[in-house]
Amino acid sequence: MSLLDPVLEAVLPSEPTKKLTMDDAVDSLFDETASQLVGKPINRVDGSLKVSGQAPYTAEFYLEGQVYGVLVGATITKGKVKDIDSRSVEAIPGIIKVVTDPKHFLRNAQQGGEKKAPTQGVTEVFYHGQPIAAVIAETFEAATEGAKALKVTYKDETEDAVIDFDSALVDAHPVNEAKGSDKNHKQGDPEQGLIDSEVSFDQVYHTPSQSNSPMEPHATLAHWEGDKLIMYTANQMLASCKQQVADALNLDKDNVQLIARYVGGGFGSKLGIAPESIAAAISAKELKRPVLIVMSRPQVMESTVRRSDTRQRIAIGCDKNGIINTFIHNTVTSNLPGESFFEPTALSTHYLYRGENRQVDYQMVDVNKVLSGSMRAPGEAVGLIAVECAMDELAIQLDIDPIELRRRNEPEQDPSKDIPFSTRQLIACMEKGAEQFGWEKRNKTPASRLEGDWWLGIGMAGVARGNKLKLSEARATLQVDDSKTLGVKAIIETDMTDIGTGSYTVFTQVAADLLGLPVDHIEMKLGDTSFPPAVGSGGSMGAASSGSSIYLACQQLREMLADKVGLYPDTIQLHNGQISKVGEHEPTVTEAVIESGKKVATELVEKLVEKTQVSIPESVSNILPESQEVKQNRYDFSHSQSHSLADIIGQYEDQKLSAKGQIEPGNNEKSHRQASFGANFAEVAVHRVTGEIRVKRMTGVFAAGRILNHKTATSQCYGGMVFGIGSALMEEVIHDKHDGRLCNHDLSEYHIPVNADVPQLDVILLEEDDPYTNPMHIKGIGETAISGAAAAIANAVYNAVGIRIRDFPITLDKLIDQLPD
Amino acid sequence: MKRFEYIRALEPQQAVMFATPKESSFIAGGTNLLDLMKFEIETPRKLVDITRLNLEQVETTAEGGLRIGALVTNSDLAAHPVVTSGYPVLSRAMLAGASGQLRNKATTGGNLLQRTRCYYFYQPDSPCNKRNPGSGCPAINGENRRLAILGTSEDCIAQHPSDMAVAMRLLDATIETLKADGTTRQIPIKDFYCLPKDTPNIETVLETGELITHIVLPAPVKGMHTYDKVRDRASYAFALVSCAAVINVNSQGKLDTVRLAFGGIGSKPWRNEAVEALLTGTDGNLDIITQAADLLLKDAKGYGQNDFKIPLTRRLLKQVIQRALASKGA
Repeated sequence: MSLLDPVLEAVLPSEPTKKLTMDDAVDSLFDETASQLVGKPINRVDGSLKVSGQAPYTAEFYLEGQVYGVLVGATITKGKVKDIDSRSVEAIPGIIKVVTDPKHFLRNAQQGGEKKAPTQGVTEVFYHGQPIAAVIAETFEAATEGAKALKVTYKDETEDAVIDFDSALVDAHPVNEAKGSDKNHKQGDPEQGLIDSEVSFDQVYHTPSQSNSPMEPHATLAHWEGDKLIMYTANQMLASCKQQVADALNLDKDNVQLIARYVGGGFGSKLGIAPESIAAAISAKELKRPVLIVMSRPQVMESTVRRSDTRQRIAIGCDKNGIINTFIHNTVTSNLPGESFFEPTALSTHYLYRGENRQVDYQMVDVNKVLSGSMRAPGEAVGLIAVECAMDELAIQLDIDPIELRRRNEPEQDPSKDIPFSTRQLIACMEKGAEQFGWEKRNKTPASRLEGDWWLGIGMAGVARGNKLKLSEARATLQVDDSKTLGVKAIIETDMTDIGTGSYTVFTQVAADLLGLPVDHIEMKLGDTSFPPAVGSGGSMGAASSGSSIYLACQQLREMLADKVGLYPDTIQLHNGQISKVGEHEPTVTEAVIESGKKVATELVEKLVEKTQVSIPESVSNILPESQEVKQNRYDFSHSQSHSLADIIGQYEDQKLSAKGQIEPGNNEKSHRQASFGANFAEVAVHRVTGEIRVKRMTGVFAAGRILNHKTATSQCYGGMVFGIGSALMEEVIHDKHDGRLCNHDLSEYHIPVNADVPQLDVILLEEDDPYTNPMHIKGIGETAISGAAAAIANAVYNAVGIRIRDFPITLDKLIDQLPD
Repeated sequence: MKRFEYIRALEPQQAVMFATPKESSFIAGGTNLLDLMKFEIETPRKLVDITRLNLEQVETTAEGGLRIGALVTNSDLAAHPVVTSGYPVLSRAMLAGASGQLRNKATTGGNLLQRTRCYYFYQPDSPCNKRNPGSGCPAINGENRRLAILGTSEDCIAQHPSDMAVAMRLLDATIETLKADGTTRQIPIKDFYCLPKDTPNIETVLETGELITHIVLPAPVKGMHTYDKVRDRASYAFALVSCAAVINVNSQGKLDTVRLAFGGIGSKPWRNEAVEALLTGTDGNLDIITQAADLLLKDAKGYGQNDFKIPLTRRLLKQVIQRALASKGA
């Protein structure tokens, strides 16, 4: 940044910007638009590009002269790299160089939203597969061969590595609360409350490490233009990743540009930069050629991110009617030494059910395994497995229907903070789900429904996922374009990403609805840090945060247009490329005062001119306020007349009009507990002889504020429920307990549900409007459905065969000895 | 993947001639070999493409059996009318394996030769006696949930992963080959696979450069054909335990034909004819089933995580026999 920049910023007129801090409830313009496009289940605007292979992903870009890099992972789990013998690969045709930078290479990936580089330095090895070098070659094949052939000598200390989570539990230590996304919490006297309760429940649940493994592997194509680093990279959050790259390489952040037009999923593993990014940047610098590094599937699993394994103690104290007074949720998670991220399993435990005694406590163990970090719904996804299985167990212990138990424990407000919920429809979701799913058919006696060779059972679980908002910006530009039928188009720019969730589509709807243009008149430009910065995709806050900034930019344009045509913003209607007037403006007190002031000033000047006969210099008349009355004369809106947006925009310089929007969180996140709620229901079949478990059907009911697009939102929920099946029955990252390697490092061996495992899924989205969340009144949906999905399945397994498995995933070997006859 | 030479053969004689250098491999569907090459578990210097050898015929034999070309794909063979009518157990076993895409590529000959899915075999920086003789077996005290309980050795507990081969073993298939010297031989499938013993790297009796040309099935066996595959997910998962069976119950309610072969539990497709003999001629009561299971699992050894396969095999065996009896009764 030059010294002049702040000066220039102050002197030059800044771009018109609509800023909003969520300090109070706000109205939404969506209630008033003519098209009512928001909410409609339109098809993905990028769908045809994707199915025809025209949506370019990182590895598909090609830059003149580019070469290929393959990372080399450590083959020890703990120790030191003594020597990397680059001569060992020299003979392979096409090899260019073995690039090592022991100081700057990333030990591990970074977490989401961080501004600093992740842990750097790779001389010391902390986990099997830790990238220690990159082999660069003219072809991918040669680089791959080189990476496998590279001779590395280690000081192998694997014997001292900590690999097994269970045996490491004795060394659990407190977490760094300041750096976590949840905090320890204690109110009342939980342990005493438990003792004093008429009924108490106390159990431990284990969930294994899981792998994000998005379909598109992590990849970066890096090249330098002088001092500027440009990276095409598979990433969820570009603005913060740009800062991480700058910090890792000691660059000015203005000299870093990240581009991710399309991202093939991330599930949290692409929130921060991963080891291939910096390796590609360093290699490109050294070789003065663009370098593409794409991770292999095993590398994605071994050296990006996993979800931590967890040990969760749930203890509940209640009276014999099930009214809870005590809720304890203590968790141990794992991570690499020195890393502060811990799986925030109890995020929703703070507010889900009533209870005056409450404890949330986190501890962690240091292990020599790949970084643990965010994976779809970090916290709730596995936290609600423990909480919602415990609620099911408690209901059975009390002989109360599981839904009724939850109904009895519905808090009037957040029981930890004594603040109201912005909106909360947990009970409504459970009731709707019960009706839709046929909950009344549940036989409360386990192992009482045998059909053919299969025991059938049904189960349910409550769903909650915290709602968040983060600072985001976007630019909206209306521009004359003769190729469009209406002669005008809107361009939206933000560095927000679309990771397959539907950002392109829902933002197109937002802009089209507010600007009164058809969907094909919106050009959505995402995934480039040269655009205004957004939070990115993660934590189910992308649509709300980035969408709101787009909303505000469009709102600013509406107000500028209103001003231009002499209407009040609340009386303009934009539809089909036309502006018209609807309703009458009701002036606020302030407006009335200002307006009369303007009138007085103008009259005063006019009188002055009349009396003195001195003409007012242009410079002065230009700054005189135009009263609304004067402007109204330019455009005639009588008799429902409308005016073409193309004509109006045509009058501006360059035939375009541009504005920015900026949203930021405010007091609402302190004054109101905000979360999406829901209920998952599952029916499972357990084979009488083999113990195989198959999910027969699932119903999910969710309330997540206004829904921007019912099709993409429903798809998100399907995805979450499918994740739930995997989490309940299959997913488990297996590290060898002796040498620490990740054993099942591909999608053949790391099981996730295949089509045959996914039955009919029904998703119902309850109507909801939440004025506290953001001006669109939406809440996060992407991670809502996964929460509680696995617990519903586990509870159904119990109902089917009467076996309670608290060690996930529930596989047949854990059932076989206890199956009913 | 290491660089290799590639050559396409147009007839079997040419293929075996091309494959004379020791480090050659035949490639047909490549559904397993390509993975093995990418991981550098197999590093052939020369690949001989046999996909043009014209071995895609399924013909009936004079003995009323079936002669299947080694290049018939799993999909085609599973759907072949003679197979679905006369050898439904084979069809079912194949359809239980892999995925639709893989079955479209995988060939009958290649399927017989697919290699174990032991994690340690697949990671070249790990010790593994099968891949690198003498380096050790981390699976014995490690991740062995899916591995074998029968036919294992101190050096290797890898399981044979094929579904199809289990049915072929049940049906007494014979494997016809062409050797490098131009001679042919017929190998009964019971003699085709080797136990690991102290040479787990040797998996079959095939000699270097020997090409499977056909698989011959005897005339169909009368009875109820079933293939039960117990697995961790509904598709695209290897068997934890599988059971191929042909069982015939006569009018007196006696088991007059019993054939049983198992997958997932053995170091090779597992069949124990003594178990079949024990059951044959009986009414399949619970006692006799228990005795049969005891005999089948007499030498079974669990290694911790895979202990469950022993009770699971018992349960499956009982289910298969009782279902056959019940269906006859009905």
